[in-house]
Formats: sequence, structure tokens, C-alpha cells
Amino acid sequence: MPVLLEARGLHAGYGETHVLHGIDFAVEQGGVTALLGANGAGKTTTLRAICGMVRTSGEIRLGDERIDGRATEDIVQRGVAHVPDGRGTFVELTVEENLKLGAYIRRDRDGIARDFDRVFGYFPRLRERFRQQAGTLSGGEQQMLAIARALLLRPRLLLLDEPSFGLAPLIVQEIFAIMHRIRAEEGVSILLVEQNASLALEIAEQAYLLETGRIVISGPAAEIRRDESVRRSYLGY
Amino acid sequence: MEGVLHQVLSGIASGGIYASVALALVMIYQATHHVNFAQGEMATFSTYIALTLINFGLPYWIAFVITVVVSFVIGLLIERILMRPMMDAPVLASVGVFIGLLLIINSCTGWAFDYMIKTFPTPFPGGPVLFSGYVSGHELGATAVTLVVLIAVYLFFRHTKLGLAMRAAAFNPVSSRLVGIRVGWMLALGWGLAAAIGAIAGMMVAPIVYLDPNMMSGILLYSFAGALLGGIDNPLGAVLGGFAVGIIENLAGAYLVGTELKLTVALIIIVSVLVVKPSGLLGRTVLSRV
Repeated sequence: MPVLLEARGLHAGYGETHVLHGIDFAVEQGGVTALLGANGAGKTTTLRAICGMVRTSGEIRLGDERIDGRATEDIVQRGVAHVPDGRGTFVELTVEENLKLGAYIRRDRDGIARDFDRVFGYFPRLRERFRQQAGTLSGGEQQMLAIARALLLRPRLLLLDEPSFGLAPLIVQEIFAIMHRIRAEEGVSILLVEQNASLALEIAEQAYLLETGRIVISGPAAEIRRDESVRRSYLGY
Repeated sequence: MEGVLHQVLSGIASGGIYASVALALVMIYQATHHVNFAQGEMATFSTYIALTLINFGLPYWIAFVITVVVSFVIGLLIERILMRPMMDAPVLASVGVFIGLLLIINSCTGWAFDYMIKTFPTPFPGGPVLFSGYVSGHELGATAVTLVVLIAVYLFFRHTKLGLAMRAAAFNPVSSRLVGIRVGWMLALGWGLAAAIGAIAGMMVAPIVYLDPNMMSGILLYSFAGALLGGIDNPLGAVLGGFAVGIIENLAGAYLVGTELKLTVALIIIVSVLVVKPSGLLGRTVLSRV
């Protein structure tokens, strides 16, 4: 399987704090890669590093281009959609406006209209709440909105930061079921950051485990899921 | 009764002017979430540019258009050069910069164009016209221009992609970058547009109050009151607020507090709005689920 995103020797941090200590990982084209780890391991920092939102050193390649050191807006132009932790919803704007912003850099009106329909197919509730102020949506609906907004970019790479965070288990199941569909139908490559390891390992092909800024385990998700000792010591189940 | 009508009509006329400056304030607020205290001085400076062009021999409307364009560029440059380093600074630091800008531009205007009061021409057929002569042709024309600018601003923000991007950049710069919006340029654009609107306001005001470097200082206060009253994030609110303040100011001046305390009325309005309903009459109260 060809590799879409590759990081080599990636360091990242905030100000004086050094968070990532030279990690290597790759996201396969068309597949789902899971990035697991406890709080504070550096998962969110990794996604932010890919998007140029934090100071980094080391190499990040998207396709055959280096994207480390580039501005966030340029990286987005190259087809990277990031659903940040906390959803990043424009709470003061309506659902409609949030979705339109997802397609901001695109110029193909027909393509955008078709993608709106596809996105409503995944998340019919967004069509119902189209003109509502986004801040009044429930947590689950805002998560759906955030994923829909990212899909409207028609990205090559989708970065998802803890989609299950703060949501009731039933809603989380609903969202992950939709994510299975998206993965099958869209052909987009996904890098999924999750604290809920079991959910993530069900959907991913490859998985990495981060611990205080270093990768301690990597490999096929199926193997990691089967390995009882790994599950008990690192993943807590 | 006739006296009241007179005051109200006068109030509408001056309200139109407050409304246009209030529009410029709202423009910058929507784009940057900052209040530009130097807005009035920038408008005065622009008006002097227009006067210089007219004295050069250019026809009024050509000078008008050139002034608007030049003001747009100046506003853009001020943002890129002065405001950009202030992006992550605390609000109070920005306020200091705005007030400093106010003083600097005021002095530069006086130094470049001298402090003698000058007349400024009006493009509208003159003379008291409507309502038994209480409203002049110019005041009517100026109000019409304000309304046209208002409609343009409203359509821009609500119905264009760029307007949406500018609002998004002000509300949530981080998420805006994640959808590919160049936040820095959105801020600069907001400043440019506000400077252009301010220039139009200045050129509409000057024929009435005569042009001197301090022309806008009182007007800025009334406009600020109007923008707050209507809702600092709402162009329509700003315009309605401007008219309301004009009427209130005149009625209060004539019947309540006398003309010496008219400016105080503006300050009272500002404080009352902030205490009772900070989002203003038409401002959007943003709901957020916790």
C-alpha cells in the first residue's frame, strides 16, 4: 500500500515544552491509521504538527512534497482536513455557514453541491438544523458538523482528533458507524487520534501507540487488538 | 409640537452622519473584534485628501472615488504594519495603540493641512428643501449615501463568500486557518473597508460642520454610542443606532439638559447600553451550550 503521509524524526513543542521526541509514522493511502495513547502523550500535538500549527523540526511528507514548516493555510490547500479536539466549530455562525466554510477553498460549484448532498446522506440531522446557530447543537451534532465540514474540503487526508471525546456512548457508536461508511465510500485516508482504543482498533488497519512523546508500539491494528498483554498494560482493557 | 418635530428632523439629519461613522466602526469590529478609536481621525485625514484633489481641479465624484480607494489602501497598510504585531497582545495593549494612532493621525493632519477651518463642497443641490426647510438637500443626499453604503455592507457580509470568511476569521482564527482562510489578509481587508467607509462619512460630514483637524472628535463619540446602542456586531443596528442617537441628542439637548451636556448624553447612552444590554438592541446574543 503506498504511503500518503510520512513523518521522520518529528519533534514538536510549545514554547519551552518539548512534547514529541523524534517520532516516525506513516499513513497509508486509502486506509485508517490510529494514533493511540493516554492524556498528555502528544497525540493532539502530532496532528497540530502535521498542520503547521506548532513549532516542529524533522520531516513531514505529504505525497512527495515536504509540508513541515509550511503555513497551515498552504497545507490545507494541499488537501489536509483537520477536525481539531473540541470540534473547532464556528459557534456564532449557522450550520449552513459552517459547512460553506468547509468548502471555502474550492471553486467547483457543482462538486460542492453534490458533496453537500453526500454529507447530508451521512448526517441527515445537519439538514434539519441547517439554519440553526451552530453553538446550540448538541455535542454529538457538533461532532457530526465538524466531520462534515472537513469532508466538504474533499481532502486527501482527514485528521480526526478524539471524535469520541465528551460524547455519550450511543452517540459515539453512531458516529463511528458513519465513519466506517465514510471510510468505505470516500477513499480518503484517515489519521485517527483516539483515547478509546477499542473503537479505534476496530476501524484502523495500522496503529501507533504514543507514550510521553515517543512511539512505543506500532503495527497492524488486528495484531495489537489480539495481543492481550499490550491491551492490558497500555490500552487499559 | 413644531419644536419637537424640528428637533427630530434635525436629529435624523445628524443621525445619518453618526450612522455612517458607526458603520465603519462596526466594519472593523466585525473583521477584527477591536474598536478602532482612530476611526474618526482617519476619516478626517481622508477628507483632507479629497479637498486637496478637488482644489487641484478634479471633478467632485472623481476626487470622491480616488479618496475612497486611497483610504482603503491606507487602512490596509495600517493593519499590516501596525496591527499585525499586536495580534496576540492583550486587549488593553491594542486599545493603547488605537488611541496613540488617534493622536498621531490628528497631529499629522494638522501639520500637513494646517488648522484653519475650511469649507468642503457638497455634490448635492443645496438649500433647505424638505419638511418646511428643516432638512437641506445635502443632508438628504448624505442620508441616502449612508443607506446605500449600509445595504452594500449588509449584502457583503451576509451574502458573499468573502464576507463570510471575514466574519469567520474574526470569530475563530484557528478554525479559519484550518479551512484555508488567510486570516491576516481578512483583517487587513476589514481595515481597508472601514477606512473607505470612514472616508465617505467624512466627505458627507464636512460640508455641514466644516473641515478642521478636530472635526470628528465629537462625532466619533456619538457614533460609538450609536454603534453600541444598535449592536456593535450588526451593520443595520449601527445605522439605526446612529439615527437614534441623533434624535435623542437633539431632543435631550433641547428639552432636558441643554446644549452644553449633549456630549454627556452620548456618554450616558454608552454606559447604559453596556450595563443593561451589552449586545445592543439588534446585536446577536450568542448562545453557547456548556
